[in-house]
Amino acid sequence: MAIADIRTRTGYLFLGVVLGHILLISAQVNSRTGVPVLESVTFGVFSEVQRIVFGATSNVRSVWTGYVGLRQVKAENDSLKRQLSEAQVALQAQRALADRARGLERLLELRDRTDLQTSAAQIIGAAATPEFRTVTVDKGTSAGLKVDMAVIAPAGVVGRVVVAGLHAAKVQLLIDRNAAAGAIIERSRAQGVVIGGGDGRLLLEYMSEGFDVATGDEVVTSGIDGIYPKGFVIGKVDVVERSGTAYKRVVVRPAVNFAALEEVLVVMSSTPARGTAAGGPGSHE
Amino acid sequence: MRALGVILAIALSLALQTTLARFLVRGNVAVDFVLVAVVYVALTSGPVTGMFSGAFAGLIQDALSSGIIGIGGLAKTVVGFLAGVIGTQFIVTHSLPRFVVFFGATVVHAALFMGLYILLDLRHFDAPYAAVAGQALGNAVVGIIAFQVVELLPGAVERRRAARGRLRR
Repeated sequence: MAIADIRTRTGYLFLGVVLGHILLISAQVNSRTGVPVLESVTFGVFSEVQRIVFGATSNVRSVWTGYVGLRQVKAENDSLKRQLSEAQVALQAQRALADRARGLERLLELRDRTDLQTSAAQIIGAAATPEFRTVTVDKGTSAGLKVDMAVIAPAGVVGRVVVAGLHAAKVQLLIDRNAAAGAIIERSRAQGVVIGGGDGRLLLEYMSEGFDVATGDEVVTSGIDGIYPKGFVIGKVDVVERSGTAYKRVVVRPAVNFAALEEVLVVMSSTPARGTAAGGPGSHE
Repeated sequence: MRALGVILAIALSLALQTTLARFLVRGNVAVDFVLVAVVYVALTSGPVTGMFSGAFAGLIQDALSSGIIGIGGLAKTVVGFLAGVIGTQFIVTHSLPRFVVFFGATVVHAALFMGLYILLDLRHFDAPYAAVAGQALGNAVVGIIAFQVVELLPGAVERRRAARGRLRR
């Protein structure tokens, strides 16, 4: 005897709901457009809820840590953290500038200046499902944010804006399975594409066989995707597996601790890097 | 009244998911509070409520995510329905059977969710076994705790009232 007889009212109801879902999925997959209006409206509404929840919790937290705890030390600590973040970002910008100054090829890239205009944003929420690695930030189109703007942190690259609401934006983290960025090994100048593993790690793919990659090598953005500015830290090579001369698997440990992120910088404008690839690796399907 | 309770439970789980979940990710162990809420509702209210709560919660999650709207909804609809059927056909009142149901529900959900994405060639999942097992473990632990808390709460109120009564005497 079957546990649940499908030929009952409940069974027909279940089949109807499943069929409805299949039709909904089919409609989107055929057109490859999704349901942007529904997504936009639900995101807009829910981001406001997230903002209110975040505001309430941060107020309670700030009262607790500011007044009950060490008020002056906290304020000083916040100020020092801010200064350190600014210094680290400046350091990364300097690194990118120094990188461009090397060699004749890089002389031609002097146009690719790294005087980035950034806007600080606070993370107010995470993804609604663990399978997607996104965060919501408290700035949107009203603050000048647009889709495909790069998002960075003092430690390195965070991701890119994928949905921009009026007062909030959704940022796809670099560790998401659908995220990717043009990358370069700083030591050997080997180019590749860093792809999110979905489990907190990154995979370096499309590597040339002739180049040298070793554990501990620093991986930075190459800028060829036209989204991420060149020379920003992505992470360090953690695992290198070879199959003959070819690279079988190169795992990169991200420089950014995504679980502890609270504030990020959205790159508002940067001169596009050379050879911006059409349909670049900012995202892959 | 029940519908309102289900909507509140799902809203609460969504709020928890978007605020707390990213801090709870440790290695492969992650928690899907929304799935836990759907299975909880299904076990306590039956397959029809489980199915509709799964569809509702899944569609909202899909809309808030960057994926295809309906895939999460379909996966949670099936999981809600199956968990509801199990809840009505078997005695699921102890921690071990509940652990098994939450663990199994997460595995079925992951198989449907990832399977549909792979089938439609929309996303790749490289050997996700450890991640799925970690999430199933996390969901099962949170699910058992949720049941314990809900079952202990009415008793706690009565015990508090009884203690007050004794003090007055």
